[in-house]
Amino acid sequence: MTEAREPLLQLRSLGVRFGRDGRELRPVDGVDLELRERECLGVVGESGSGKTQLLLALLGLSPPGARLSGSIRYRGEELVAAPRARLEAIRGRRIAIVFQDPLGALNPFLTIGTQLTEGARRHLGLGRRAARARAAALLATVQIDAPAERLRSYPHELSGGMRQRVLIAMALMCDPEILLLDEPTTALDVTVQAQVLELLRGLRERSGVASVFVTHDLGALASMADRIAVMYAGRLIELAPAAALYAAPLHPYTAGLLRSLPRLDVPPPARLPSIPGQPPDLAGLPAGCAFAPRCPLAHERCGTVPALRAVAGARALACHFTGTATQVDAAWSPP
Amino acid sequence: MSGATAGPADGPWRRCARRLRARPGAVAAAALLALIAAAAVLVPMLSPFDFATPSWTEIFRAPALRGGHLFGTDSLGRDLLVRVMWGCRISLLVGIAASLISVVIGAAWGAVAGFVGGRVDGTLMRIVDVLYTVPFIPFVIVLEVLFGRHFLMVFIAIGAVSWLDIARIVRGQTLSIREHEYIDAARALGVRTGAMIWRHVLPNLGGLVAVYATLAIPGIILFEALLSFLGLGVHAPLASLGSLVAEGANEMQANPYLLVIPATFLAAIILCLNRLGDALRDALDPRHEQGRHD
Repeated sequence: MTEAREPLLQLRSLGVRFGRDGRELRPVDGVDLELRERECLGVVGESGSGKTQLLLALLGLSPPGARLSGSIRYRGEELVAAPRARLEAIRGRRIAIVFQDPLGALNPFLTIGTQLTEGARRHLGLGRRAARARAAALLATVQIDAPAERLRSYPHELSGGMRQRVLIAMALMCDPEILLLDEPTTALDVTVQAQVLELLRGLRERSGVASVFVTHDLGALASMADRIAVMYAGRLIELAPAAALYAAPLHPYTAGLLRSLPRLDVPPPARLPSIPGQPPDLAGLPAGCAFAPRCPLAHERCGTVPALRAVAGARALACHFTGTATQVDAAWSPP
Repeated sequence: MSGATAGPADGPWRRCARRLRARPGAVAAAALLALIAAAAVLVPMLSPFDFATPSWTEIFRAPALRGGHLFGTDSLGRDLLVRVMWGCRISLLVGIAASLISVVIGAAWGAVAGFVGGRVDGTLMRIVDVLYTVPFIPFVIVLEVLFGRHFLMVFIAIGAVSWLDIARIVRGQTLSIREHEYIDAARALGVRTGAMIWRHVLPNLGGLVAVYATLAIPGIILFEALLSFLGLGVHAPLASLGSLVAEGANEMQANPYLLVIPATFLAAIILCLNRLGDALRDALDPRHEQGRHD
């Protein structure tokens, strides 16, 4: 897992906490991850697994009252507890984000052009005209027709897919090194989803921007991610190269998620399998492994939290079960 | 997705103007107001009479089409038409200037308090709370005693007190704007707090503030009339609608037109502004467009 070059981003036991002792919530709990140059890292998890809080922590935009622990290093520079001015200089310039809800993330009172140019004028010191020219060029890159005219449009005049493209263009305005994608396709319908994914793939091939792609949709990640990190209840439970993860999931949760996807290569079952039980409530997590209550392989040893350990094939896993992927898969099949 | 076909630049402001034009009541109110304002500017310029010079031969002439005094003359023989138009000038000027002062102070104060939050919010809003406890009329009297009886005092005194309401309203609205995702999105672009308030908060407050300011002008005009009625506003020989009503009230049994005419203008101006404010509020209300897509 070690690499000669320094990773772009390195997280060490990153934690985000809310509330006080006794009633403390930890949407992100001891996450170790790194993002390499030009890499697309997928982060998968159910609602409430801490994916979005993880991204916000990377930008220093955690909601008020959140307490960060651990470390986030961007090219070796510590971002946790970095001065505000420094974070503002990095945000949007080096690390940019595409939000989930394209309508909500655009200010209804400002034109697309104003919003697109805002960051570039501040970070790159571009004049109005130069910034608008760049914005129009980027709108063309994200395949929006008549970009110069679109700059004068307001958000409500665009369709959902176009708005998402505008958000992507906005994130690319300052040519960032890291693109954070917070469920960029969730709010779109399926055909538009495919177009946006295609666009993101193309951008990545051309510009080589590294990205963290957060989603609950394993299908969307299959064609995008180099490596995939699976999160559950704020913890990282499995990390593997994408192909290996799909072929042979080692964590029972990952295996359950993959089983619940419809597949094209086998005839569909009468009913798609699902993981029984509810996603965990962060306020009442079980003492040990958070997944144990829903796990077909649960055992007494699961009363302690499993540590993330390295596994052959550049993978990492946080599970007490040490069997093979086949055994994990078998555990899900009804007897 | 109904808007996807609309041409570019169909912004929120344009939409509001369009909906405003679709309301006959609002258009009529705006037209009448414009007429009064134009008359207030033009009549004193064109009339052979001025508002200050007494004429001992023309005292208490009743309104008449002939003889040059359309609205008659007052107890000093001054032309009432010119005096009423001057009164409209002063009243509109006081109303607009004082409400501008209060909007600028109030919006800035409230937006900063609401957006920055925390201790800044607490401090700014406690200052507002304290200022609310200052009794209004004694405050104006003290101001006039301290700084002399200058015409500008009226603007400053009214503006300085009436921004408190706007600050509270704007703060409340800012608190809700702050929670929008586009604020997070702008932060994620690295936009700093000052630019954030200026570009992302204030434009969104525009509608609310415009409505409030339109509805505040009549209140301020009435307040100026009250001050003038009490002898604290504009000073003779200058007239505001308030002071004309006060003068007219003394004569209302013998010469009722001295009261009725300025009172009518005062009522018309206030009615029009209220009507316009209401229409503006409706036109800016996004829920109105859901039913009928115009």
